[in-house]
Amino acid sequence: MSSAITNILLVGVGGQGILLASEILSEAFMLAGYDVKKSEIHGMSQRGGSVVSHVRFGTQVFSPVVPEGEGDIMFGFELLETSRYLSLLRPGATVVVNDFKILPPAVLLGQAVYPEGLADSIRTAFPDTLLVDGQRLAIEAGDLRAANTALLGAVSKRLAITDDIWRQALEKMVPRKALEINLMAFQMGRDLKG
Amino acid sequence: MTNKEILSGNEAFARGAHEAGVRVASAYPGTPSTEILENIVRYPEIDASWAPNEKVALEVAIGASFGGGRALACMKHVGVNVAADPLFTLSYTGVGGGLALIVADDPEMHSSQDEQDSRNYARFAKVPMLEPADSQECLDFTRLAFELSEQFDTPVMLRSCTRISHGKSIVQPGEPVSGLPEPKLVKNPAKLVMLPGNARVRHPLVEERTVKLSQYGDTAAINSMELRSTEIGIICAGVTWQYVREALPEASTLKLGMVWPLPEKLIRDFAAKIKRLFVVEELDPFIEEQVKAMGIAVTGKEIISRCGELSPGRIREAFSKIGLAEAIHELPLQQTMSLPPRPPNMCPGCPHRGVFYELNRLKAYVTGDIGCYTLGFMPPLNAMDTCVCMGASISNASGIVRVLPPEEQRKVVAVIGDSTFLHTGINSLMEMAWNKSPATVIILDNRITAMTGRQENPASGFTLNSDVAPEVNIPELCRTLGIRYVQVLDPYDLEATHAALQEEMNRPEPSVLITNRPCCLIKGADRFEKGAVLEVDQGNCTGCKACLRIGCPAIEWKPDSENKKGKAFIDANLCTGCTVCQQLCKFNAIGRKK
Repeated sequence: MSSAITNILLVGVGGQGILLASEILSEAFMLAGYDVKKSEIHGMSQRGGSVVSHVRFGTQVFSPVVPEGEGDIMFGFELLETSRYLSLLRPGATVVVNDFKILPPAVLLGQAVYPEGLADSIRTAFPDTLLVDGQRLAIEAGDLRAANTALLGAVSKRLAITDDIWRQALEKMVPRKALEINLMAFQMGRDLKG
Repeated sequence: MTNKEILSGNEAFARGAHEAGVRVASAYPGTPSTEILENIVRYPEIDASWAPNEKVALEVAIGASFGGGRALACMKHVGVNVAADPLFTLSYTGVGGGLALIVADDPEMHSSQDEQDSRNYARFAKVPMLEPADSQECLDFTRLAFELSEQFDTPVMLRSCTRISHGKSIVQPGEPVSGLPEPKLVKNPAKLVMLPGNARVRHPLVEERTVKLSQYGDTAAINSMELRSTEIGIICAGVTWQYVREALPEASTLKLGMVWPLPEKLIRDFAAKIKRLFVVEELDPFIEEQVKAMGIAVTGKEIISRCGELSPGRIREAFSKIGLAEAIHELPLQQTMSLPPRPPNMCPGCPHRGVFYELNRLKAYVTGDIGCYTLGFMPPLNAMDTCVCMGASISNASGIVRVLPPEEQRKVVAVIGDSTFLHTGINSLMEMAWNKSPATVIILDNRITAMTGRQENPASGFTLNSDVAPEVNIPELCRTLGIRYVQVLDPYDLEATHAALQEEMNRPEPSVLITNRPCCLIKGADRFEKGAVLEVDQGNCTGCKACLRIGCPAIEWKPDSENKKGKAFIDANLCTGCTVCQQLCKFNAIGRKK
């Protein structure tokens, strides 16, 4: 593992807002003076499929894709998708995961079951796991749509980026109308214990 | 100076076009190239527009170039197959104003039907190809492409890939060029009319040009030799160079910014300086075979796969197997649980869903096409039997009926979207009408190019810039092509869809059905309107699962507490009120949400 680079993986379901969250992260790292690269897949995978976005920062980043087994932080928008990509992480990595389920087609059809106890199995594999009720925080902040920003707040505590820079990144990337609620949701996530 | 920005490769290509003084840009959407043109609209001095297909896009760019303006065409890898005809002749004519063609490959087929390697087109058409390794190079190489195009009188291809086009990295934008000549008509028919006599004059010039470009590459800054340890030397280009630097930080590299023609002298110099020479490249052994043809010992595809994407991990693994890199440590967590997969799916309310449900019921043999509706292949709809390329559904249907007995001919139905029909389906329908092939065609007109992210098309009524535009009248077009039986139908009405399909499938001559519901992701006047959200009356629901047969993501089946029959539930946040599930319920259990 190249220790000078921090590798973040954002995983979830197409349509959950993963791309915007990874944009805000990248913007913050650039404002903090780091080299940043980011990669994800659009197109076919948007249609409710599984989505992974890679964000990497450090003094110099080559590959836009996180090498297998070298992820430092996983930012999970959904429990099943978080479980699916755990093998991309290094031992001892951090997981911040939304306590949220979106049922895949086979489960909707009653042909498969959504696995039980995913949060526990994630925590067993990666003790530094924070389970966040992003939806609840967002409703408290005033809008369910700010759930991702609340999660981002929880992730932000694991990163050496100042409050001021997070604020600048949010101001640049979030539409003006929704800014206040998003700043509040971000702070609520950032203030979570654990 | 402008501030640094984080740009995707596609955004940086667009910025590069702006800085290079491009006057005209044309493209057909295709993942992962689509966002180049979508970002060019932010530079109002560029006349940017969607074309009905990639051949037309390149020909529009060629025209602008002949008129003396700098011109850009963009497409995905398979788009070059469509545009190949003008590309090969353009190589002979050369350009007026500079012309660049950006092609975005899709190794790993994240969103494509094949992973063809576009570098072969550069060699085949004898045009230079640049390959950027990050967003900064997307911008810089786009500027350079126009300079080289005019200096060497050639179109220049720029090759991207999914990881470059959809990857983001930090870019320092520059100042736009100034002082380019104003476009004007200049007659030069001996150079631009490719009759055999003229073409025979041009061909030797093309061959000389390739030699000169190779010599240019020997000293050009875009090809750079980076000497570190001389034990291993690796020739690589584009995003693969990034993977190599990460996987093998000690290895010397020859980073090629121009992948055709190759700089032979530079390659020989590099090979002489190091002990073991490798080529690491995605897909075909394109560089490797040429280096071998130079008589230089080199290792490439013996250790690197020809299939799929590379990554730092895959490169490290390949080199560890031959003892030249440390073995990769064990992954920390082997997945022990089997997790249900999450394939892409049609959206809730998608107007295609009911059509595929009825095609399945009628046991149709469905020749498919490229678009969201290719997902009609997926369970539980299971209603697609072939899918070859853009426009092929209709001509495939026309061909298949010619070898079948009449009772089987009736089963053949082609499905094609509006944008795909206008791309290359029109010629196919002309053939079907002309030659009286007794198959049925369904044009799934959802008024947008949906799969690539909702781009306008010639029947949608708007241009790339959202200006109101004339709309192709698809039913009239079909009649004009010689189809006598053309029906427009509401795909949310299952009974009518079933009846129309049955009628046309039984008709022993060609016929066209056109669906009339817009994509549920497009908003605005005359476009998608959400209906009343539905719910399941739990008292009436018998757990028969009929509503599950359409595979709508808004409908969930839950086993009941005694784990007997279970019941269906509708997610009110996802339901668009299309009513297709309601029509399937025989127990009146689905109705408007109270």
